[in-house]
Amino acid sequence: MTTSRTQYGYYPGCSLERSASAYDVSTRAIAAALGLDLAELDDWNCCGATEYLAINKLAAYALIARNLALAEKQFAPGDGSGGAHKAQLVAPCSACFLNLRKADHHLQEDKTLAVKTNEALAAGGLHYDAGAVKIRHLLDVIVSDVGYARVKELVVKPLTGLRVAPYYGCLFSRPHLGGERRTQGVRTNPEYPMELDRLLKLLGAEVVYFPLKTHCCGGHMTQISADVAYELIRRLLQNAADFQADILATLCPMCQLNLDAYQQQVSRHFGVKFNLPIVYFTQLMGLAFGIEAKALGFGKEIVSAAPALARIGIQAPLPEGEAEKPKRKPRRPKEALPLPVMPAESEEMEL
Amino acid sequence: MLAETETVVPPRAAKPPLSFLQQVMAATPGDSRLEMCIQCGTCGGSCPSGPDMDYTPRHLFALIRADMRDQALSSNTFWYCVSCYYCVVRCPQQVYITDIMAALKRMAIREGHSLHGDAPDFSQTFIGNVERYGRSFELGLATRYHLTHSPLRKVGIGTLALGMMARDRLAFTPTRIQGIESLQAILHKAHELTAEAERTGEVELL
Repeated sequence: MTTSRTQYGYYPGCSLERSASAYDVSTRAIAAALGLDLAELDDWNCCGATEYLAINKLAAYALIARNLALAEKQFAPGDGSGGAHKAQLVAPCSACFLNLRKADHHLQEDKTLAVKTNEALAAGGLHYDAGAVKIRHLLDVIVSDVGYARVKELVVKPLTGLRVAPYYGCLFSRPHLGGERRTQGVRTNPEYPMELDRLLKLLGAEVVYFPLKTHCCGGHMTQISADVAYELIRRLLQNAADFQADILATLCPMCQLNLDAYQQQVSRHFGVKFNLPIVYFTQLMGLAFGIEAKALGFGKEIVSAAPALARIGIQAPLPEGEAEKPKRKPRRPKEALPLPVMPAESEEMEL
Repeated sequence: MLAETETVVPPRAAKPPLSFLQQVMAATPGDSRLEMCIQCGTCGGSCPSGPDMDYTPRHLFALIRADMRDQALSSNTFWYCVSCYYCVVRCPQQVYITDIMAALKRMAIREGHSLHGDAPDFSQTFIGNVERYGRSFELGLATRYHLTHSPLRKVGIGTLALGMMARDRLAFTPTRIQGIESLQAILHKAHELTAEAERTGEVELL
């Protein structure tokens, strides 16, 4: 008898296509190691982020429901369980995760909305039965379905000595739609979840206390009201710095973008010098599983993770833009003050 | 004869117009529980952008219940909502605050209340790309939006974009999904249904 692996539908979302490609690459890399069968949803479309729901409700629900309808068709379990096993759709992006499950939840709850949404879907030859697809976050699938024990078995290169701030952002643990959410049978705390902490500890990392772990990164406020967003980003970076984190692990592309790409501007804005690399938890898992840093999308981050990783003996590529810069000869040796040098050593020196 | 004039047909009970509170509740999907608000202020105290709002959510809900439509809809409160759901999980009455904020955004746009803020334009530009290609197009969004919204204040955006490009994190061309025609037909129909709901006053679909 062959045991068939559960197939998960994979919904990468727009960010993972390009701006968060490191998350996509590392997810696929560790999925192979974890034995997770992720099959990308064919021809998926954008989930509308927070923007579409601000403009038009029916169009927003129809946009999301097209993905759900496609997933219902593509991943219908062919096990003859008569619907006992649901099609599952995994989203690594917390915003996509929220939109997909929120739409599914409200379509189940609100019959008028469901009828009208399906009327719109019918114009494109589709139909969605509310509740047919179970929406999961990637982290939830890893800790609940694969399990901490299996993850621990796969660690060959523990991240000993790396101080990691576990950052969940908002939408992994909030909101609880129609009741509480559980991972591994344990209720997920909406303000102080522990799943990522536990996972990172198993990778051998030193998980720092990070009280702001579920505070908001500002979302789209960087675009709308920069001052508001910069303060939210500053709090998070400062909090991680206060607890001497070497690196921050995130599970959402929006959080990564805001904390990483805006770090320089936030530093300038407040006259503080932050230097905190922001990486995806999947990238750290990959490293602990012995996968090459290059194959995990390292080097895509704006604030380079290479120095922090070098301290624990892992060579990671420099950010792509920086690697291309022509190397300028240092004007003076790295040591700022001239130090007495023994003759034997001085011969080796360039000057 | 007399009998004839005496048969009075009761006038058809005209539906009383919905109050502003009822309209907001109807426009929020699911059970918003807005009427259950006890004005405790936990929402505003938990809100990351609370200090920047004209009214905290608690204050806004009081305005809504007082039927102060214009004052509520012209405030910046819901445009500053970052959708973090802190208020939702902390609310002792389980008011579904975040989605009420989204319903208020739609109402404000429909009634022309928010023409001075940047947020509605950002949303419009974003969904314009989604309707055209089926996926988000960050470079197109950023250039179009920032060039039309005080570009001189955003000097730093250029270096940020360059850093992103150097790392191949910004696509120069949008990705168009294969089923774009089917998606556009779906969205077209949804817009038609919305227009119909606006005509017939089916607030719960708006």
